[in-house]
Amino acid sequence: MLKTHWRLTLAGALLISGAVQAQGVAADGQKIVMQGDGSGAPCLACHGLDGAGNNAAGFPRLAGLDAAYIAKQMRDYNSGTRVSPIMQPNVDNLSEQQILDVAAYYAQQPVPAAAAAPDDAELLTLGEKIATRGDWNQYIPACESCHGPDSQGMGSAFPGLAGQHPNYIKQQLNAWRDGSRQNDPNQLMTGVAERLSEQQIEAVSTYLGAQQAVAAEGGQ
Amino acid sequence: MKANLLMLVSALGLSTSALANDAKVPVNLPAPKDGQYVHEAPTIDDLMADESVNPELRKVILKGYDMFMNTQQFRGEYVFNDMNCKTCHMGEGRMNWSGPVWPAATTLPDFRGKNQHVNSLEERIAGCFAYSMNGTPPAYGSDDMLAMVAYHQWLAKSAPVYERNIAGRGFSHLGKKIPEDVSYEKGQAVFETNCAICHGSDGAGQKKDGEVVFPPLWGDGAYNWGAGMTRIFTAASFIKNNMPLSKPGSLTDDEAWNVAWYINSQERPQDPRYTGDAKATREQFLNFHKHTRYGTEVNGQVLGQHDNTGDKPFLKPDSLKPRTFE
Repeated sequence: MLKTHWRLTLAGALLISGAVQAQGVAADGQKIVMQGDGSGAPCLACHGLDGAGNNAAGFPRLAGLDAAYIAKQMRDYNSGTRVSPIMQPNVDNLSEQQILDVAAYYAQQPVPAAAAAPDDAELLTLGEKIATRGDWNQYIPACESCHGPDSQGMGSAFPGLAGQHPNYIKQQLNAWRDGSRQNDPNQLMTGVAERLSEQQIEAVSTYLGAQQAVAAEGGQ
Repeated sequence: MKANLLMLVSALGLSTSALANDAKVPVNLPAPKDGQYVHEAPTIDDLMADESVNPELRKVILKGYDMFMNTQQFRGEYVFNDMNCKTCHMGEGRMNWSGPVWPAATTLPDFRGKNQHVNSLEERIAGCFAYSMNGTPPAYGSDDMLAMVAYHQWLAKSAPVYERNIAGRGFSHLGKKIPEDVSYEKGQAVFETNCAICHGSDGAGQKKDGEVVFPPLWGDGAYNWGAGMTRIFTAASFIKNNMPLSKPGSLTDDEAWNVAWYINSQERPQDPRYTGDAKATREQFLNFHKHTRYGTEVNGQVLGQHDNTGDKPFLKPDSLKPRTFE
């Protein structure tokens, strides 16, 4: 069983590194979003048909994220560099083409309006500082320096953070700290995550969650 | 070891948690040498909290800070490539081992080998605009130049004037001697593995909506052939202590040298001191170019033998001129 997964992952890696990149088909992706991979819950159960996710439950917004980024996360759940007991069984039967289809579908969904910012000016100011200037005394570069202007995302390696659910952002920063998420390219996020204080994590998650997201350019 | 670590902590102002032994990605920076002055440059938060600063002065320092962080606002005026000051002087120009800019305010006027005369702080800043930004500086004495000077001087607050033994100054901690076994191919392999994800395999960097996010390392948008960063030792030390972003000290010395060699074996806008012949220009400014590959043959081409000044519609800014006191 495990062997099969490795082969699938390898096949997927070969496929995307080939000269001709496979394209996801959003219409086919929508069916999978509604029906699941045949052995687990359908995507929409947590992420919604519109990809809006859910802050209270910590389910990320997928709508408008970069398609290649979304696809890579599904592959990484299967390879184990990103650990989630919820996600892994729900995507382990997807073929590489189905992964691309689901990613294409969610990338195309319109971005929902950002949630209202909480009434905590001090927290938001600290969060804005981390996002736009960083905290170099702790060797923390600004989020924007990799995730792009206004943290709206940079290509497929650096996802948009603006308008992502605060609970999800917090959860992921902690996942890098405890080692359950190790799929950042070249460990570019791990060090930053472990240098952030609890208060800075709270602040930057809150601030980013309150910004309006713009759909990724690469979204197909 | 522990003493070194503690010195490093105080040198950077880093909290001990950032340097915890169990860090998966540690901050590995050199410890200051015995007897070196270790400066802790003030932050913008310190500036805002300091009630002794005249509000008009605070405004001017903040303008300098804004120019430093977003120098691209002067694209086509002072800057003709994709660089900001903060691109090389990371951490707002405050960070030791990231080319902190405040020593220019405490060690100048002084003689500089690069242009063979005594330079002021303004002239030093002008050098960055002429070479690293492939442009032309704000006029000496202008509001823009004063704002830049004010930011530099603010960062130098409480530092001893003309103290030259400074921890984390410049980019030279790997020394100036290039290891004999550096190679283009080894450098390329380091680049593809560690750098290309942000700077691109073609070294052109990445923009979004016209805004530079990852700066180009060669080509028209990069520093020109007269910039300090074209020196292999400068680039090697910068890379060792600053790159990849958030992982200082993660590359081996060998990797840093090889990738610096590879990056500085690529074409870039012309040296403003160009005489029309790259080999002759190299000879004329050999005290600088002995550390670069400019005017030498790389992969069948003489580097710098071209008339390309990038986006800049001229070769030499008026600010670059000799000075004598006779």
